[in-house]
Amino acid sequence: MTDQTEESIGVAERIDLRGTPCPMNWVKTKLRLEQMETGQILEVLLDDGDAIRNVPRSVKTEGHKILKVTPIGSDFSLLIEKSER
Amino acid sequence: MASDNKTTPRSADDLKAGGFIPQRQAGKITIRCKAPGGRLTSDRLQRISEVARKYGQGIVHLSVRMSPEIPYIDLADLDAVVRELGEVGQEIASCGKRFRVSTACAGCEYNPNGLTDTQELSRLATERFFGQDTPHKFKTCFAGCVRDCVRCRMADLGFQGMVRPALAKENCTHCGLCIKVCQDEALTMGADELPVRDLSRCISCGDCIKACPFEAMVAETTGHGVFAGGKHGKHPHTAYPVAEFVPDEQVLSVVEATMSWYREHGKRGERLGDVFDRVGLDSYRKALKQLVGERLLAAADIQQPKWWRIFYRGLAETFPAYGEV
Repeated sequence: MTDQTEESIGVAERIDLRGTPCPMNWVKTKLRLEQMETGQILEVLLDDGDAIRNVPRSVKTEGHKILKVTPIGSDFSLLIEKSER
Repeated sequence: MASDNKTTPRSADDLKAGGFIPQRQAGKITIRCKAPGGRLTSDRLQRISEVARKYGQGIVHLSVRMSPEIPYIDLADLDAVVRELGEVGQEIASCGKRFRVSTACAGCEYNPNGLTDTQELSRLATERFFGQDTPHKFKTCFAGCVRDCVRCRMADLGFQGMVRPALAKENCTHCGLCIKVCQDEALTMGADELPVRDLSRCISCGDCIKACPFEAMVAETTGHGVFAGGKHGKHPHTAYPVAEFVPDEQVLSVVEATMSWYREHGKRGERLGDVFDRVGLDSYRKALKQLVGERLLAAADIQQPKWWRIFYRGLAETFPAYGEV
């Protein structure tokens, strides 16, 4: 499933934040995005629960673009395009 | 207002009306500063601090309802203190049986959860109604969302930001994120892979809208839930929910109508919630309906699971019967 999205969208980096609690999951996502180039895509793997409730929302507020949300069992894959700002 | 505060010490009641609270120390008073929504400019905050150092004991107390209070002021220094605060636009608050300074959360201006401009509404309400007499104290508050950080259910009249979500089908990617973020089982995945709303369960928090990455969950209606008759104190009373999705432009009219009903029916020294329980809530609901129409909550609304979920467990069962008005 992830390989497929990677091929079609071109994922530059991937972090597995399953098991990483809030707000560290968002902090790590944010830091990784800061190191990337505008337009590059980061794949983030998140748990169900607080993580999926909070991280996408923070990504959106921060101005990045979520391209795809894919459920993987009870977890989620998020494809985030880094934007300027 | 501040220019009016020529202060010749009078009775304790007069002092309280002006926001001056007698202390247990003879000749000392606490001065309560006006800060609607708990918002101050840094200039005012600095002046409060300077006044506290110059005339008080260098301490400031933040009241439970967001007013900075300067204790240990000599009665003789009252005029000087009021004048020096007034120089930077810092007015004095109020105590006693009247409309009190409105409280509010940060609201939608910069708080990520806020749905309504609580800061502006608390400022407007205070500007319009501040100091007006009522049978007993009358406290209003503005919460920007159903998290209710300012505790609408414990205010005489509380406004709580709420939003009704709608689905823009064409944008939906069927990812199910909205269903995951909803903590109230108000969204389920339908047979056509589109989320289905159950408005009887939706508590109008807006989490699904804020989470949706694709602008598929959008705001259909934003407004205020209205809670009336709450208070804390020795004999606490939880407010009754009386209306929903009241638009911004009706908020001040609701305050006015409520104060007017309260003055007409309340006995001196009786809080709004107690008047409801003595006179009957329906009398007030009837008055409010003339203003808010269909936005008035009816018995059938109150039976919906959402209202049972947002009240402390079991409390909704104690509400009076909502009659036809």
